[in-house]
Amino acid sequence: MSLDTVPKPIAGTSTFLDDRIGAGNFLKRNLRKVFPDHWSFLLGEIALYSFVILLLTGTFLTFWFKPSMGEVVYKGAYEPLVGVHMSEAYASALHISFDVRGGLLIRQIHHWAALLFVAGMMVHMLRVFFTGAYRKPRELNWIIGVLLLTLALLEGLTGYSLPDDLLSGAGLRITEGVAISLPLVGTYITFFLFGGEYPGEDVISRFYSLHILLIPGILLALISAHMILMWVQKHTQMPGKGRTETNVVGAPFYPTFMVKSGAYFLFTFGVLALLGTFAQINPIWLFGPYTPADISAGSQPDFYMGFLEGALRLMPAWEINFLGYTLPLSVLIPALVPMGIIMTGLALYPFAERWITGDNREHHLTDRPRNNPHRTSIGISGITFYGILWLLGANDEISSTFHIPLYTTTEVGRVAIFVGPAIAYFVAYRMCIGLQRRDQETLLHGVESGVIKRLPHGEYIEVHVPPAEDLAALVQGKKRIPAIEAAPDGEGVPPKGMRNPLGRLRAKLSETYSADSEAISLDGHHGDGHGEGHGHAGVGAGDETKAIGH
Amino acid sequence: MNSITARRRHPLARYAVLLLALSLLGGVYALLMPGGDRADAAIASGKADDVAAGKELFAAHCASCHGLNAEGSYAPGGASGPSLIGVGAAAVDFQVSSGRMPFANPGPQAPRKRPPEWVNPETVKQLAAYVQSLGGGPTKPSLEAVDPAKGDPAKGGELFRANCIQCHNFVGAGGALTYGKYAPSLEPATPTQIYEAMATGPQAMPVFNDSTITPEQKRDMIAYIVGVRHEPNPGGNGLGRIGPVTEGLVAWVGGLSLLIIAAIWITAKKRQVNHD
Amino acid sequence: MTDNPNEINPGEIEPGESPRVPRRVIGTPPPRGGDSLLGPDAGARPRGDGNGAAAAHDAHPADEPVAVGEIKYPDPQSARKGERRASLLFLVTFLAGIGFVASYVIFQVGSVERTATSNLALGGSLAVALLSMAAGMVVWARQIMPKYTLVQQRHPMASSPEVREDVAKTFIEGANESGFLRHKMLRRTLLLASAPLGLLPLVLLKDLGPLPGTSLRHTVWKKGLRLMVEGTRQPIRAADFNSPGGILSVVPEGHEDDLNALAKATLILIKFRPEDLKPGVNLNWTHDSIVAYSKICTHVGCPAALYEQTTHHILCPCHQSTFDAADGAKVIFGPAARPLPQLPIGVDNEGYLIAQSDFNVPVGPSFWERGDAEAEARGQA
Repeated sequence: MSLDTVPKPIAGTSTFLDDRIGAGNFLKRNLRKVFPDHWSFLLGEIALYSFVILLLTGTFLTFWFKPSMGEVVYKGAYEPLVGVHMSEAYASALHISFDVRGGLLIRQIHHWAALLFVAGMMVHMLRVFFTGAYRKPRELNWIIGVLLLTLALLEGLTGYSLPDDLLSGAGLRITEGVAISLPLVGTYITFFLFGGEYPGEDVISRFYSLHILLIPGILLALISAHMILMWVQKHTQMPGKGRTETNVVGAPFYPTFMVKSGAYFLFTFGVLALLGTFAQINPIWLFGPYTPADISAGSQPDFYMGFLEGALRLMPAWEINFLGYTLPLSVLIPALVPMGIIMTGLALYPFAERWITGDNREHHLTDRPRNNPHRTSIGISGITFYGILWLLGANDEISSTFHIPLYTTTEVGRVAIFVGPAIAYFVAYRMCIGLQRRDQETLLHGVESGVIKRLPHGEYIEVHVPPAEDLAALVQGKKRIPAIEAAPDGEGVPPKGMRNPLGRLRAKLSETYSADSEAISLDGHHGDGHGEGHGHAGVGAGDETKAIGH
Repeated sequence: MNSITARRRHPLARYAVLLLALSLLGGVYALLMPGGDRADAAIASGKADDVAAGKELFAAHCASCHGLNAEGSYAPGGASGPSLIGVGAAAVDFQVSSGRMPFANPGPQAPRKRPPEWVNPETVKQLAAYVQSLGGGPTKPSLEAVDPAKGDPAKGGELFRANCIQCHNFVGAGGALTYGKYAPSLEPATPTQIYEAMATGPQAMPVFNDSTITPEQKRDMIAYIVGVRHEPNPGGNGLGRIGPVTEGLVAWVGGLSLLIIAAIWITAKKRQVNHD
Repeated sequence: MTDNPNEINPGEIEPGESPRVPRRVIGTPPPRGGDSLLGPDAGARPRGDGNGAAAAHDAHPADEPVAVGEIKYPDPQSARKGERRASLLFLVTFLAGIGFVASYVIFQVGSVERTATSNLALGGSLAVALLSMAAGMVVWARQIMPKYTLVQQRHPMASSPEVREDVAKTFIEGANESGFLRHKMLRRTLLLASAPLGLLPLVLLKDLGPLPGTSLRHTVWKKGLRLMVEGTRQPIRAADFNSPGGILSVVPEGHEDDLNALAKATLILIKFRPEDLKPGVNLNWTHDSIVAYSKICTHVGCPAALYEQTTHHILCPCHQSTFDAADGAKVIFGPAARPLPQLPIGVDNEGYLIAQSDFNVPVGPSFWERGDAEAEARGQA
C-alpha cells in the first residue's frame, strides 16, 4: 500500500500551521535537505543526544535530590552508614540510589551520559579539526563549539560536586585551593563562592542552581545556535566522486536521515542504559559523607578534569613572595596555563590558519588529515600534550597498578610534557607524508588485488588493479594548501605588508605551512614523467600488472 | 581464494587486527607477571615446646637477616633486617601468615605472597611464641576480638575513613606510596591480619596501638572492611572500585566505541567485493 | 572492485559549475519533497517514475535537491526479509518494555542486594528495548528504503552586493533619522545612564559572602583546647600514645562536627623515637616526641595524611606533595611550596594533650594576602 494523498489528520494539522506561521515554506525547503553520509559525521550527535538524556535523567533526579548542606543523621536503606552524620544532599543522593525504584539506574545513566557528553564533544571536535571543517564559513560554529566544551567542563564540575560525598568533596577542596590562589581577588572570589570560609553551608545549593538552571540554559542556547548554523551552512562533505565545493551529496533528511538519526538517538540511550546497568559509576555510598579532614587514596576527578589534575601534579614547588604578597605559581600555572593553551589555541586556530595561508575562500569539502600535514601534526601534538597531562592525573593509579615508583611517573611526565608533543609532531608529519606517498602510489600503480601470478620466466607478482572510482576520487580530492603571495617582485621588493617583522614572520609561516613536498598530481601522473600511461582510466582490470614492491 | 586474503581489506579488518594485537599483548603480559614464589622445602617441627621449636624455625628461616638472636642485622646491599625484639607475636603472625616474611626478593617492600610450605598455623604459632618470649609486644588477637559479626560497621566506617582510606582507598583497594612502596589491597587480608597490621604497623604502615584505637574500635573497622568487601555492587560491575579512572576508561573504550560501531553500521554502504 | 549504488558518476557534475544554474539530469525522478503536505490542492504530481524531471525543474528553486541516478527500491523479496527482521526487533522492544514495567512492579528496592536486582532488571530491559528498537530502525532504513543519492547546490553564504548596499543605505538612513549622531547630549547622557546599570548585578552579588578579613590567619586552636581523636571523639592521654610510628588524625575539642573549623584545624599527630627528630622540628612545641602538624596540605588544601613510619614521609594523595615529618614537615617532593605548619602542643594536668596556642602561620593553601608568614613568624620569635 502506498500513499497518494496526504492523510487527513496530517493535512489538517499542517494546513492549520501553515495558515498561521507559514510552515509550508520551511518544510518545502528542509524536508529533503541533503545530509552527507559518513560515520564520523555522527560523532557530534553522541554529544547532542547525551545532552538530551542528561536533561531527561537530570529532571528525574531533581524530584528527590535536596541541595542542602544541613546536617542529618542517616536512617535509610544502606546499612553501613545508618546513624552517620551527613549533609542532606548526601543523604538524599543515597535515598535516590537505594530507596527509589530505578533511582540508581537513572543516577548512573546521568553520570555516564555526562562522561559521553564530553567525550562525544571531544571526538567530534577532533574530527572537525583534522578535516579542516572549521574553515570559512564555519569559524563561528567552531567557536560556539569551544564555548560548549568549556561550559561542559564547568557543568560537570558543578554536577559531580552535588552529592557531597568524600570524593567529590576532594574536588571541591581543590577547586577552592585553586580559586584562592588567584592574585588580588582569590580570597574574595572564594568567600563569595562559598559564602564565607570553606566549605561553608552554601556551595551545594549554589552549585545546584548553576548546574540545573544557568549552565544548562546557556548550553541549550548555544547548542541550538550550533545546530541552526550547521543547518543553514549545510554539512561539509568528504572529497569524492561528484562532490564539489558548490554542492552537497548525500541522503535526504526525510525520510532516510530522520530514521537513521532517530536510531542513533536510541543507540546512544541504549548504550548509556547498558553502562548504567552493567558498570557501576560513582558509588557514593562507598565514599562516605564529606568532611574536610579525610581523603581517600586515588582521589580523582571525572576524566574531563583529569588534565587539570595532572597539571597540578606535574608542577614543581614554585611560589613567589614579594612585598608581603604571595603568588602561588605551583597552583596558578597548572590551573590556568594548560587550559588556556588548549582552549584559546582551539578558539584561535581557524583565524590563525586563515592569517597564515591568506585563504579567504569558503570551504565545504573537507581535507583528509594527511593532506594538510602541519595542521594534522599540530593537532596530534595538542592531543599528546593533553594526553600526557590526562595520564599524569592518574599517576597514582598507574603507579600502584603497574608497580612504577610514584615519583618516577611525575618525573617522566615533567620531561614528556615538553618532549612528547615535539616527537608527536615529527612522527605525525612523517606519517602524513608517508600516507600521501601511498596515495600517489595507488593512483599510479593501482591497488594490490591479493592475486599472485607466476610469470612464464618464474617471477611471482601480485596483480594490481586500478583503484575503485570512489577511492580514486577520494585521493584526487587533495588540494594544494594555499599560501600568501610573499615572493619579492622583479626588483626584489617584497609585497606591501610583508616588509615589517610581522609580515616576514607571516610569510615564513605561510611558506612552511603550505610546503608540500609530496604533492600528488591530480590526474594520477608524476610530475617527473614516471607516469607513462598507468592512469586508471586506461587500465583494464587485471590486465596490467606490477611487481610487488615496485 | 583464501578467505582471510579476501577479507583483509574489509573496512573492519584493521580493527579486528588491532583488537587481536591488544589481546595478545595482554595475554603475554599476564604470562610474564611474576607469580607466587615457592620458597624452600618443608621442615619438620618439634611438638615439645613452642618456644624451642620456634627458635629452631627462626634459626632456619629468619636468622640470616634478623640475626641469630633476632637482634637485627645490617649489611649494605646484602641481607639486612630490623631487630625483632619487642615486635610481638602479632607481628610474626601477620608477616609470616601473609607470606610477606621470609622476604624472598629484594624490593622496596615485601609483597603478600603464598607462604612457603613449612608455614602452617602450628609453625607460625611456634615462631610467634619464640619472638614473643624475646621482649613481649602485641599478641595475636583472639578470634572473638576480630569477629566482624560483633563489630558495628557504621562506627567502623567512620574510623576507617579517618585513619585508613588515605592510603588504602575507600574500600581498601590499595594505593601508591613513595619510592615504589604501596599500601596493599585489603581484599585478601583476614580479620586477624587486619587487626595485627593496625596493632604492629608492619613496614611503612603506622601503628594504631590499643590505647588510642581500642580493640573494640578495631573490631568495628574490621566489620566495616569485611562488610564492604562482601557487599555486592548494586550498579553493575564495580570496575575495581577505584573511582573515576576506570570509569573514564570504560566511557571511552566501552561507551564511545560501541557508539562508533553503531555509527559505522548506520552509515555503511554495501560494498561488493569484486573477486578476480 | 566496488560497485557502489550510492555514488554518482563524476561526469554528471563538474567542479566550478555555476551554483545558481539549475541542473538538469536526464532520467531522474522529480524531487519527492516537492509534494506539499499542505492540503489536497497541492495535488498529486507524477512521482517516482523517472519521467517528471524536466517539468519539476522549472517549478523549483535552484537549490532543490536533485536525485542522481535511479531511485532503486530493494527488490520485494529482500524488502520483505528486512521487514521481518525489523518487525522482530520491534517485537523484542515491545516485550522488553513490558519487562521494564514488570520489573518495576516486581523488584523492590531498600537494600543493597535488592537494589542490585532491581537495577539489573530495569536497566537490562531498558537497554534491550532501546538497542533493539535502534537496530530495527537501522534495518528499516537500510533494507526497505530505496537507495539513491541526492545532490543539492550550495550558495556562497555572503549576500549579493546589491543586498549589502541596500542594507547599508537603510542603516545610514535610519541612523540619520534617529538623530543619534546629531544630538550629542542625547548620545552622551544615554551612554552615561547605561554605565551604572551594568554594575547593578555586580553590586547585588556582594552579599554572597563576607569579606575575608583576617579569618584565614586563624584557626579554632587556642591555649588549653584538647586534642580529640577523629572518629572516636576521645581526648588523648600523652602516655597512651606511646608507640613510635603511631599516627592519629586529630580534631579540636568541641568542634568535632564543625566542618568549617575542621577545614583548617585538623591535625596529624605523630609519635617519634626521640633520636629520629631532626632540627626542622620545633622541640618546644612537642611533647614527649609527639609532634602535631596541620593536616591541610599547603598546596591546595587536601588532607595530607599518608604517613610512612619508616621514612617519616607524609604524602598528600591529591597531588603527591611529600613532607618530611621528622624534619619540620619540609617539602621533599611535589608542588607544595611550604612545610605543613606545626602546632605547639603540651599536656594539661590530667595528662591529656592540649594546644599551647593557635598556629603562628596561616594553614592550608597559599593566597595573595598571605605573604611570607613564616619569615614574619621567625622575625617575631
